[in-house]
Amino acid sequence: MLKQSHIHGHAAALRIANFDTDQVMPKQFLRGIDKSGLKDGLFYDLRFDESGKPKPEFFLNQVAYASTDILIAGSNYGCGSSREHAVWGMQQYGFKAVIASSFAEIFYSNAMGNGLLLVTLPEDQVQALMQEADDLGAPVAIEIDIEQCHIKSPKHEFTFPMSARHHQMFLEGLDVIGLTLTMKNQIDAFAQQHWSKQPWVKDIARKTVDRLEK
Amino acid sequence: MMSKKTLYQKLVDAHTVAVLDEENVLLFCDLHLMNEYTSPQAFSGLEEKSRGVLVPGQNVSVVSHIIPTHNETPRRIADPASLLQATNLKKNCTKHNIPLFDTNDALQGIEHVVSPEHGMIRPGMVVICGDSHTTTYGALGVLGFGIGTSEVEHVLATQTLVYRMAKNMRITINGILPRGTTSKDLILNIISQISAKGAIGYVVEFCGSAVTALSTEARFTICNMAVEAGARGALIAPDSTAVEYILARAPDITGDMQEDALQYWATLHTDIDAQFDQEYLFDANDMAPFVTWGTSPDQAIAINAHIPSKASIQNSADRLSLEQALRYTKLIDGQTLEGTPIQHVFIGSCTNGRIEDLRDVIATIGDRRVASGVRAMVVPGSGAVKAQAESEGIADKLIAAGFEWRKPGCSMCLAMNDDVLVSGTRCASTTNRNFEGRQGRGAITHLMSPAMAAAAAVTGMITDARKLGGESHA
Repeated sequence: MLKQSHIHGHAAALRIANFDTDQVMPKQFLRGIDKSGLKDGLFYDLRFDESGKPKPEFFLNQVAYASTDILIAGSNYGCGSSREHAVWGMQQYGFKAVIASSFAEIFYSNAMGNGLLLVTLPEDQVQALMQEADDLGAPVAIEIDIEQCHIKSPKHEFTFPMSARHHQMFLEGLDVIGLTLTMKNQIDAFAQQHWSKQPWVKDIARKTVDRLEK
Repeated sequence: MMSKKTLYQKLVDAHTVAVLDEENVLLFCDLHLMNEYTSPQAFSGLEEKSRGVLVPGQNVSVVSHIIPTHNETPRRIADPASLLQATNLKKNCTKHNIPLFDTNDALQGIEHVVSPEHGMIRPGMVVICGDSHTTTYGALGVLGFGIGTSEVEHVLATQTLVYRMAKNMRITINGILPRGTTSKDLILNIISQISAKGAIGYVVEFCGSAVTALSTEARFTICNMAVEAGARGALIAPDSTAVEYILARAPDITGDMQEDALQYWATLHTDIDAQFDQEYLFDANDMAPFVTWGTSPDQAIAINAHIPSKASIQNSADRLSLEQALRYTKLIDGQTLEGTPIQHVFIGSCTNGRIEDLRDVIATIGDRRVASGVRAMVVPGSGAVKAQAESEGIADKLIAAGFEWRKPGCSMCLAMNDDVLVSGTRCASTTNRNFEGRQGRGAITHLMSPAMAAAAAVTGMITDARKLGGESHA
């Protein structure tokens, strides 16, 4: 993950609650074995009509909103499927951050792990930013100081929560797997002890499949 | 004095390799399930860094999401990209010595149906999968939850996860479900009341007399859909029902090991006086068949109730959600759902694709046939479910009644294979998500129980299954 301490961007509102990952990245874009091509699938049904032509009424298709790289979204953004393709697609499209009053859990982990910043604010503050963007008729300039957990628009300033771990991940760009592997001896020791207490879970996948094949 | 713990805390403690900070632990994972579409980039990530799979025998893969369900042998994946996902999964599993239920394996199916039915899910385990419905396993006292592909890679490399601990919620359901209502109706009702975000941040323990009375399969349905309320996990303390289910499927647990296991599983319950951060109380006696009317699983009502009127909703964001949903589902606020014509029925999925669900369908339809103009598909959750249904005569009855009897897979729950609805089709579905476009762009999904979907199939409209006189399990 790349280091990030500041995000300067332009935010626009998507006033839809419970915006699920099926809508962020529909099924027909999940058939790859790599991460490529997901930019095309982002918000597909909102961006394109059934014949594949851009829908002029959707803000991301409008010239005035071409600079949008921060989304101000409805609550429970990213609910539903665990597909990380939703996060990869948002990043490939150019999104750097999403602001909402709540995020679905798996989406939250996926996004923060990939460096797509999720800013959780109380509902009234989210509404204030949405209103500011709507009044402007164009994306509103936003500055996010990740180090200070501080977000600023021309009219508003708020602070947002961030766990110590995610803070460190953004500021230092951690290789999470690499870090965990430094604890491999501890993991091995734990596993041996765990399996001595619960031998019926050791090698459970292999043993079950071997039994079924007999 | 020992501090009082919830079942959730006990499961986390028993799998904590190390405490990383105030919020996170390094959590050991007993079983990691994979499918063909959320794992490829994880395996590629391992290769890029020349990393291996730490404990292959605690991992298993199933071809489930992209597989076509046409009734042909051998099964053939016609779409080249999907075929590549399946062959790539096999290549990765072979390379890393990970067991696989492949496309033409007789036991292939949906990962969440296949793994418990063969005894791979046992009380006290931590089970994860790159699929949000991994919460299903909570029904056996297992901490199960979905993860993204980056975390799939982390588990493959380390058999652990960096795990942010959740808060504790308890949902107690007293009373007993009335005849003609099922655990699907119960969970749809609960989600409609606590909302699609009501359990964000929580692991939910379900308890109470209504839950205790349920079969293990019916409990799977509840825990499966807890994620639709935002829950990070769902739990039901293992009791004699759960233990019976497991021992019938785990011939390796015998003798002294069985005694040890039973002794350990008996400790897997919330201590009296343990603290929950949030509690809800429901009464099962009030339950009726539930059906969704909108585009979020929490937009659901009892079959005899009315869709909320716009005027009754004070919160402007909620009113907007209602308007957006009804525009998509082509319904009117204040109306009832009973009598709404449907063109398609889908019976299957990790929510309701098990043998008891199919028995419910048969009990509901009696001697009736699928209504004219309706296409009704039944997709068993696994090869084992399919074989069982065929041996019980269920398949023959369904076929005689005009249902399509298909091969197992995720199918039209998410329409990643070729089982896709065309725009405007209204579908009575036993699945878990009624999102816009989920079953096909412009298609309208009404979530309901297998009995209710069966009633819709034979009447051609959304119907109160209780009026058909059949009898469904709880």
